Amino acid sequence: MQAYLGIDIGSVSINIVVLSGAGDVITGLYLRTKGRPIEVIQDGLKIIHESLTPQIKIAGVGSTGSGRYLAGVMVGADVIKNEITAHAVAASMIAPDVQTVFEIGGQDSKIIILREGIVTDFAMNTVCAAGTGSFLDQQASRLNIPITQFGSLALESESPVRIAGRCTVFAESDMIHKQQMGHRIQDIIYGLCEALVRNYLNNVGKGKEILPPIIFQGGVAANLGIKSAFEKALGLPVLVPEYYNLMGAIGAARLAQEENSINGTTKFKGFEITSLPYRTGSFECNGCSNVCEIVEIYEKEIIIGRWGSRCAKWDTI
Amino acid sequence: MPKVTFPRMGESWRAFKILLEDLGNEVVVPPRPSKRTLDLGVRHSPEFACFPLKILMGTYLEAIEMGADTIVTTGGVGPCRAGEYAMLHHKIIKDLGHDLKMIVFEPPRLYPVNFIKNIYALNKARVSIKGIIDHIKRGWRKLQALDNAEKLSHIIRPRENNSGTTTRVYRKVLDWIDQANTTQQIIEAEASALEALHNVPHEPARPVLKVGIVGEIYVLLEPASNLEIEETLGDLGVEVERSMFLTGWTRDNTWSETTHCLTVKEAAAPYLPELVGGHGRDSIGNTILYAKRGFDGIIQLAPFTCIPEIVARTILPRVSKEYEIPILTFFLDEQTGKTGMTTRLEAFTDLMRRKKNIHAARISLTG
Repeated sequence: MQAYLGIDIGSVSINIVVLSGAGDVITGLYLRTKGRPIEVIQDGLKIIHESLTPQIKIAGVGSTGSGRYLAGVMVGADVIKNEITAHAVAASMIAPDVQTVFEIGGQDSKIIILREGIVTDFAMNTVCAAGTGSFLDQQASRLNIPITQFGSLALESESPVRIAGRCTVFAESDMIHKQQMGHRIQDIIYGLCEALVRNYLNNVGKGKEILPPIIFQGGVAANLGIKSAFEKALGLPVLVPEYYNLMGAIGAARLAQEENSINGTTKFKGFEITSLPYRTGSFECNGCSNVCEIVEIYEKEIIIGRWGSRCAKWDTI
Repeated sequence: MPKVTFPRMGESWRAFKILLEDLGNEVVVPPRPSKRTLDLGVRHSPEFACFPLKILMGTYLEAIEMGADTIVTTGGVGPCRAGEYAMLHHKIIKDLGHDLKMIVFEPPRLYPVNFIKNIYALNKARVSIKGIIDHIKRGWRKLQALDNAEKLSHIIRPRENNSGTTTRVYRKVLDWIDQANTTQQIIEAEASALEALHNVPHEPARPVLKVGIVGEIYVLLEPASNLEIEETLGDLGVEVERSMFLTGWTRDNTWSETTHCLTVKEAAAPYLPELVGGHGRDSIGNTILYAKRGFDGIIQLAPFTCIPEIVARTILPRVSKEYEIPILTFFLDEQTGKTGMTTRLEAFTDLMRRKKNIHAARISLTG
């Protein structure tokens, strides 16, 4: 059976899925990037390979996320796509009539507006990381609450307190102030969820026409408090898909399938790459005043990829 | 002999250099903004000021290290703080212990005396009035040649057969124009430059997306401040047309430069009848003109915290909806990581391409 591999290399997590031709998730994996994307991609693919039955043949590979070029050269991707398109494609698979996608991940958040299956507008957070997964993680560990319980605890709130959401520094000092005044932790957490949603709608969602169906995906979609705060703020139901944290990878796999239907072949190097030695190196190019930091990736001591320059000087390998 | 420098905006320095040299000044060419420029500029500027102030601060300090003792720059009228930047830069530079002369040009139509005084101050070679006019004309001609080469590069780049060729040829032809001294030489250099660009192996009939670029003048004109967005778009197969060129600026308010019998001001009037300073109104007006000309999308470039562009940004969603044209805004600051911008540009290109394909399919169905 033909299947398609999708890899989403985010700042915080690396997600890998194998998608059937019909669009079903055969297997999926969510791993922490831990600042070591190469090792995690190799480990992840090893696990995926072991879980696949021998009949399954990878007919195409797509990569997305901020590390998409790295993953792309490592595994031999047929399509290397930005995460906005990948997320929109995945959301359309789940709900073909979707009109709004909220995606909140580790380091960034985005909104995608679709009409009749076509992306008509999108935005990403530009100037502040408030409201992204990393900030929630940080607050959860400050309060010594496992991030997995953060959302359900928020739902126990009876009268949420108001927290400033414009900036993480303001939010944190406001939270500490409220906690020292004696407010219940549940009320503070739900207050934080509301603040983050307010910030998201005002900043990322600014000027966008938010129409249902709304799909909420990305790692933060696991947080029931944020989902509930979205529904309360918008007065509309918000759907969290089953594979909410794998949507980027699902989209990448579907795009690989589309590519395969045009080309008929794949550049996939096979699961052998999980045992190949990879290493990266970097240097500063002194060709001009930009002094770009060039990163190189080696597979078995052979350069397979190079990026980081502002001109095309180092593009040829 | 005074050692003169000036703000760097794209390739225009090549024209200002020849003009100032003709008037008998030694010119310190402002270096291309680099990480060091940013570091210097950020360290010596108020934190809340916008990016152009900081990057120019850094450029001036670098030029001073290279021996500059006079800065020639522009002032400005209207409610944009950039009009005060010359004074602020001067004060900061003096506080840092540099003795420096600042020559500030205000719009000559409003301040003719200022213009004459400044020209007089710069006229070290005691050139006659006729001579000055000739020199200005020649500098202007060089500026036009530089702009024309750049405009053509925007058309060729998305259609090139081998990625990177246009940029390489463009860099080379800039030097040809740079080395031309007489008007005759400038015209010849321009002709060879345009010919060389036309000779870049490319596919003239390739269907490409067209994007109009609007926004604040400095981040529009200096590629180092906008992460070379035009080059990046060209490499993605997008033809760009920038709403602002130094040589276009004076023609903007006249009838000859209009599209659909509308000036930029008139086009913007239903949405923004007021001057909000900077180029806020131009951003809206140009967006409408591009939409009327059938462009596939608009990109707005603005320095972070730029009030005129923030005003425009809040109005643009309505323009986008009414003219059915996608608009993407970038607020630029000192970030040098290009990944975020590339991701958004790729997604925007996907969006425009899908929209165009659907539109084409609809036409062929109904057609």
